[in-house]
Amino acid sequence: MKLLTRTFPHGVHPEEHKDTAPLPIERMPFTDRYVLPLAQHIGAPSKLIVKVGQHVQRGEKIAEPGGYVSVALHSPVTGTVRSLDPKRHPNGSLVPAIEIEIDRYAGQETPRGTPVDPFDGTIDDFVARIQNMGLVGLGGAAFPAHVKYRIPDGAVVKELIVNGCECEPYLTCDHRVMLENAADVVRGSVILRDRIGAHLATIGVERNKLDAVAALQEAAKGDDRVRVVPLEVKYPQGAEKMLVKAVLGVEVPAGKLPLEVGVLVNNVSTVACLADIFDRGTPLVERVVTVAGPAVRRPSNLIVPIGTPVRAVLEYCGGLTGDAREIVMGGPMMGQPLGSIDVPVIKGTSGLLAFTESKLARPAEYHCLKCGRCVEACPVFLNPSRLARLAKVGKYEDMENFQVMDCMECGSCSYACPSNIPIVQLIRVSKSWVRERQRDAKIAEAKEAAEAAKQAAQNDGAGSAGAGGAAGSGGSAGTSGSTGAAGTGGPGAKDGKETNR
Amino acid sequence: MTTTGSDLVLQSPPFDSARLTTPKLMQEVTLATVPVLLAAVWFFGLTALLIVGAACAGAMGSEWLFGPRDAVGRRGRSLGDGTALLTGVLLGLTLPPTIPLWMAFVGGVVGIGIGKLVWGGLGGNIFNPALVGRAFLQAAFPTALTTWRASGGADTLLQFDKGAFAIPFATSGVDAVTTATALSRMKFDAEFLPWLDLLRGNVAGSLGETSAGLLILCGIWMGVRRLYDWRVPVTILVTVAVLGQVFHFVSPEKYPDALFMLFSGGLLYGAVFMATDPATSPTAPRGALIFGAGIGVLVVLIRLFGGLPEGVMYAILLMNATTPLIERVTQPRIFGR
Repeated sequence: MKLLTRTFPHGVHPEEHKDTAPLPIERMPFTDRYVLPLAQHIGAPSKLIVKVGQHVQRGEKIAEPGGYVSVALHSPVTGTVRSLDPKRHPNGSLVPAIEIEIDRYAGQETPRGTPVDPFDGTIDDFVARIQNMGLVGLGGAAFPAHVKYRIPDGAVVKELIVNGCECEPYLTCDHRVMLENAADVVRGSVILRDRIGAHLATIGVERNKLDAVAALQEAAKGDDRVRVVPLEVKYPQGAEKMLVKAVLGVEVPAGKLPLEVGVLVNNVSTVACLADIFDRGTPLVERVVTVAGPAVRRPSNLIVPIGTPVRAVLEYCGGLTGDAREIVMGGPMMGQPLGSIDVPVIKGTSGLLAFTESKLARPAEYHCLKCGRCVEACPVFLNPSRLARLAKVGKYEDMENFQVMDCMECGSCSYACPSNIPIVQLIRVSKSWVRERQRDAKIAEAKEAAEAAKQAAQNDGAGSAGAGGAAGSGGSAGTSGSTGAAGTGGPGAKDGKETNR
Repeated sequence: MTTTGSDLVLQSPPFDSARLTTPKLMQEVTLATVPVLLAAVWFFGLTALLIVGAACAGAMGSEWLFGPRDAVGRRGRSLGDGTALLTGVLLGLTLPPTIPLWMAFVGGVVGIGIGKLVWGGLGGNIFNPALVGRAFLQAAFPTALTTWRASGGADTLLQFDKGAFAIPFATSGVDAVTTATALSRMKFDAEFLPWLDLLRGNVAGSLGETSAGLLILCGIWMGVRRLYDWRVPVTILVTVAVLGQVFHFVSPEKYPDALFMLFSGGLLYGAVFMATDPATSPTAPRGALIFGAGIGVLVVLIRLFGGLPEGVMYAILLMNATTPLIERVTQPRIFGR
């Protein structure tokens, strides 16, 4: 049986700690104030459309998409806009945000709009609706969903893979959604499968959630183009490329999207939300969050309105024990550590975990034994021990040659290392160095191109001017130089122009 | 709510790590040698404990004296990782039961000092430290390292070899009734010991290498506990068995069969405890196969055609030297490339 269960090569088996799995999703009561950063997703921030003092309804749009790779934002409660001052984002930076004070006397019903047939209209209508309903990937990365759904011309999607792995320890929100909203998950998968022209929708679920597999199979009865596939329990199976490998046995080429092999991957909660958007007209105003960890007094799975302060969520869960030292938004392997609990839950928040000192204490670091446990753990087949060794001596160029940029920072290497070397942490720092260097190189290249164009223009100028004076030729070079840079047209040249300013 | 947010620490994920740490790994391997050590005491008396102890003292003393110091300059920081103790035990078990204690001590000093610390300490060495110590002893004191004594049992358990307490460089040390190992009898007398004796271990040989059965059990235990890459010992043994059997078919009276090749000499001990040293063997799975096969071939060649009766030590050391090269050519293809 074990041999038949699909999975990807390498990876690690962290302790699961899915103690909240049996706890049904409960709705967290409303609190006084909500903070909605305009940048909750990857891409351009949303564009503000409300004023201070304005009354807003639950589900009312309060910010428009700020570009194509951007989505709208909706008020999670009925209340009044109190402030538009910058607020602390979970990642620590101060960002423009909308603060809404709740209207204590309002009903706060879940917003219901007119149901829309998802198969009505063109793909543009479909995509525009999703963008305006504020949908992003709910697995954690918060990438605007509609961008993925618009399949570029010439590309063919054969299969939709719905990601129900939830391979991060502690997190159980997707598990509960699959159990309690199996019909929505299947409905959303069918909508998406048919809209993107895929033949098959496969829901991949790890074997520690067999009850969810059964619930989904039940819900998918009668549609033989939806299949539910149990997968071996292994981290990081929920990573897009690992999941494609696990389900189809195909490797997505490095630096490419799963689309390259005819696949689109979406998280289960995201597709469930898709059903909400079309069948009930509900925009993304709340999400399921797992609150867990050794320092949480009452671990829970909660429906939390987007924008709820983390402090309020933790208080609702009985508060933290006195020895809480680390609060993480997301899972323990890749989550975002919080410097303060006065930050809001955002669209990508899948979990709030609190750890104590004992869980954190990194034991003493030893030299690398070259035992190869990190090599066996790395799902991308890099050699983490060598990369860490190079990172420690700052040989970032060598690391680039060893494809450090292919690292997806899943942390399996750090997890596996018996010498407690912070491998992924070293790699993260190195990657930012490499990125900076690549950017610098691009700028230098663009400058060079501009310079060359200038030189060419100067030579032209000198040629045509013939016996003209030196001052004259210099002047003409100055003007033709800038037009030359603009004329080359490539993206590099554009960068060059920007830096010249 | 007791946490105000001010006493939070910011660390970089992941917030969990595997249970196995380097000191625990070393402890577990050291524990796995205990049955072998007990067998050595049974076959060669309490002298075995003294010899292993002397090698450990040399190894740990050398680590203490030459190893890295901690932040405030105290010595012995690196003793905590348990590798010096392990090197001492592993070296001690490769020594003949008649060796003077001072030589075992010198072996430990050389093993850690020249085998490990000069390369930068833990993980930096190219050659297996215990085998460096043994190779030094073999070169410096060839007689002492090739003098064997028949194994005993309950009757000789409490007897100490007088030779063990020989004064450095003064007395020859060896005054026991000597005998030949299974491999020297094979090589020089073309006489093959029954493999059942080899499996049990009541034959002449180095302290820890005689009981093939026990070593197999230890090896399986370490494999189950995932203390080493199973590919290394398995490829070594398979290569030796296959190649040995081929020669046996060609000339059965000159060359022993596969079982004799597997159970005699230091092969099992080397395959289980020496070749599997993570620092000196390749990390990539394919590399481990090449490494193991290389050792197997060298062992057979040295045993059957070389000047020495036993070749496991040199086979492993030679393949240690090729490890960086193997590592270079066996890097796995990166995902999606």
